[in-house]
Amino acid sequence: MPAHPTEERVREIIADHMGLEGPLLPIFHAIQAEWGHVPQTAIPVIAEALNIGRAEVHGTMSFYHDFRTEPAGRHVVKLCRAEACQAVGADHLAEHARSRLGVDWHETTKDGNITLEPVFCLGLCACGPAALVDGKVVGRVDEATLDRIIAEVGA
Amino acid sequence: MSLKLYIPRDAAAKALGAEAVVQAVKAEAAKRGIDVTIVRNGSRGMVFLEPLVEVEREAGRFAFGPVSASDVASLFEAGWGTGHPLSHGLTEDILFLKSQTRLTFQRCGVIDPLSLGDYEAHGGLIGLRRALSMSGAEIVAEVTDSGLRGRGGAGFPTGIKWKTVADAKAEQKYIVVNADEGDSATFADRMIMEGDPFTLIEGMIIAGIAVGATKGYVYIRSEYPDAIEVMERAVNNGRALGLLGPSVLGSGMVFDIEIRVGAGAYVCGEETSLLNSLEGKRGVVRAKPPLPALQGFMGRPTVVNNVISLATVPVILEKGAAFYKNFGLGRSRGTIPLQIAGNVKFGGLYETAFGLTLGEIVDKIGGGTASGRPVKAVQVGGPLGAYFPRALFVTPFGYEEFAGKDGLVGHAGLTVFDDSTDMLKMARFALEFCAIESCGKCTPCRIGAVRGVETVDRIAAGDPTAMPILTDLCNTMKFGSLCALGGFTPYPVMSAVTHFPDDFSRAKEAAE
Repeated sequence: MPAHPTEERVREIIADHMGLEGPLLPIFHAIQAEWGHVPQTAIPVIAEALNIGRAEVHGTMSFYHDFRTEPAGRHVVKLCRAEACQAVGADHLAEHARSRLGVDWHETTKDGNITLEPVFCLGLCACGPAALVDGKVVGRVDEATLDRIIAEVGA
Repeated sequence: MSLKLYIPRDAAAKALGAEAVVQAVKAEAAKRGIDVTIVRNGSRGMVFLEPLVEVEREAGRFAFGPVSASDVASLFEAGWGTGHPLSHGLTEDILFLKSQTRLTFQRCGVIDPLSLGDYEAHGGLIGLRRALSMSGAEIVAEVTDSGLRGRGGAGFPTGIKWKTVADAKAEQKYIVVNADEGDSATFADRMIMEGDPFTLIEGMIIAGIAVGATKGYVYIRSEYPDAIEVMERAVNNGRALGLLGPSVLGSGMVFDIEIRVGAGAYVCGEETSLLNSLEGKRGVVRAKPPLPALQGFMGRPTVVNNVISLATVPVILEKGAAFYKNFGLGRSRGTIPLQIAGNVKFGGLYETAFGLTLGEIVDKIGGGTASGRPVKAVQVGGPLGAYFPRALFVTPFGYEEFAGKDGLVGHAGLTVFDDSTDMLKMARFALEFCAIESCGKCTPCRIGAVRGVETVDRIAAGDPTAMPILTDLCNTMKFGSLCALGGFTPYPVMSAVTHFPDDFSRAKEAAE
C-alpha cells in the first residue's frame, strides 16, 4: 500500500472508472482499496473529474458506513450485532471484545493494531455469532475464539 | 488410488473451517500417496453439518460432517467409509435434504459453481434456450402465470413488474438485481450466488429478453466478499463462453452484466435507494411514483428484482408456469427457501412449498433451540419482521397468512429466540437499528426511530405514560414513512409489545 496518496494516482484511478454508469462508488472503493481510506485530498479531484460539487462527493461518501476518512488499524475485526447473532450471545461477545481490546465501536487500539467495528449481518445467521476478520468470515465465535483471533493478529 | 471430494466454498462452510479442512485433506492425501480431486461446491444448506464433505462413489455422494481439520486423518483411515462416526450415508438421503422441494436451489451444493459445463449438465440453460425461442410477451405471460412474487419481501407479482418495463418505450432498459441482502436471518441470496451463480445469470438474461433490456447490474453488499468473488468469476466465465456479451448463446441477443458493490448501508436494500446508490449518489429513498419500472436506473425503465426471484425464473421457463404454480397455498405460489437461523438446533436453508406452519418449521425442521431451552419467539422476515409467540405457531407460511397476523414473510428468514430473551430489549434494538440506518429523507423514520428508543427507555424505567406514546409513534411511522424501513420497524416493536406484555411491565413493576 503506497503510504502517500498522490493526485496523479487518484486521477489514474478515476480514469479507470470513467466508462462506468454511476462511477462514484466504484471510485471510492478503488481508492480505499489502495490507501485504506479515502483521503480528503481526493475529494476535490473526484469532484472536478465527475463535474459535481465537492459537497456532493463528501455527502455521498459520508452516507456510507464503509468509507473511511482516516486509515483503520492494521487489522479490522467486525462483529455482527444483528438479531440472529444476538439470539446466540452476540451482545455478550461484543462486551468481551470491547473490554478485552479497551476500545468502543469504530475505535482502534492504542497500538494501532486492531479496529473494532459493528456489522449488521454477514449472512452467517445459522452459525452465529459471526465475525469478519480482515475480510475472512468466522462463525460460532465465542470468547475463546475471539481471544485466539486477537492473539493471532498480534495484539 | 484416486478420490473425488466436495468441500464447500460457501461462506458459512468457510466460517466453520472449510479452508483448514481443504489444507488438511491435501496434506493427508499427499502423505498417503492418494490422488485427490477437490471440488469447491456451494452449500447444501445444512449449516449445522458444515463443513459438510462429500465423497463421490458409484452409488452416489456420501456425506460427512461437521468435519474439522483434526478429523481428516481418521476419515482417510476409515477410507471415507460409512463406518466413520461423522458419516451420514448418502447425502440425498439425509432427512433435512430429502424432505425438501428444491427448485430454485436444485443445483446449489451439487455442482461446481464456476463451471458452466457442470451447470448445463445439471439442467442449466434449458429455460434460457426455451426463452430464446419465445417472444418477450410470451415470457412475461409465463412468469405471470407461474404466480411468482418478489422474494425480496414485498411479494409483488414479478410478471406484472416485467410487463410494465416491457411496455415502456426506451432506448435502453436495465435489469438490476437487488443482492443487498441485509436482513438478519437471511442468506438465501448469498448461498445461491456462491453456490449456483449461473442460475441468477440465466434468470437475468431471460428477464432481459422478456423486457428488452441489454444490460444488467448485480448490486451486492460489501459484507459478502465471497459472493462478490464468485459472481465476478462466473460473469467472466459466462462472457468467455458466449453466455454473456454481444450474442447470447449465438442468438444475436445482446446481454451483459456488471457486478457492483454496496458500501454498508442497510437502506440500500430498498429498491429506490439502491438505484440512487448504483448511480453514485447517497442511498436516499425516492418517492414513488415514478415507479422504477418506468424511471429507474439513470431515469430509464428498470426491472429491480431480488436474487431469488430471478434465480427462480430458469426453472419456471424450464418446467412451465403450471408446474411451478402447482406448489404452494392461496396466493403464495411455488416454493420458498426458508432460512432458519438464530438459536436453533438445525439451522440452514430449507426450500419447500409455501404452506408449512410456523410450528412445523421451527420445531420439526429446526428441531427447537440450540440451547435446549424453550422457544420464546421467532422473528420472521428480518429486522423489520414481527416476533411470533408460540401461540401463533399454527400460522401457515404464506404472504397473506402472515399479514393476517400483523406480520410478514419478508425474505423468509426466521430467527429463533429462547426464553432468556428480553423482548423489550429486542423492541429497543429494532428502533435503534432504524435510527442508525435511516436514510434521513422522511421525518417519521428519521426522528421517529430516535424518539422510539427514548420512549422504550422510559417504559423500561417504569413511566406509565410512555406506552401510549410508543403506540402512537409506531402508528405514525407505519403510515407516514416513505419506505419499508420506517414503515415496517413498528412490526417488531408492536409485536413484542402485543405478544410479550410481561417484558414491558416487569420493568415497570421493578420501578414501582
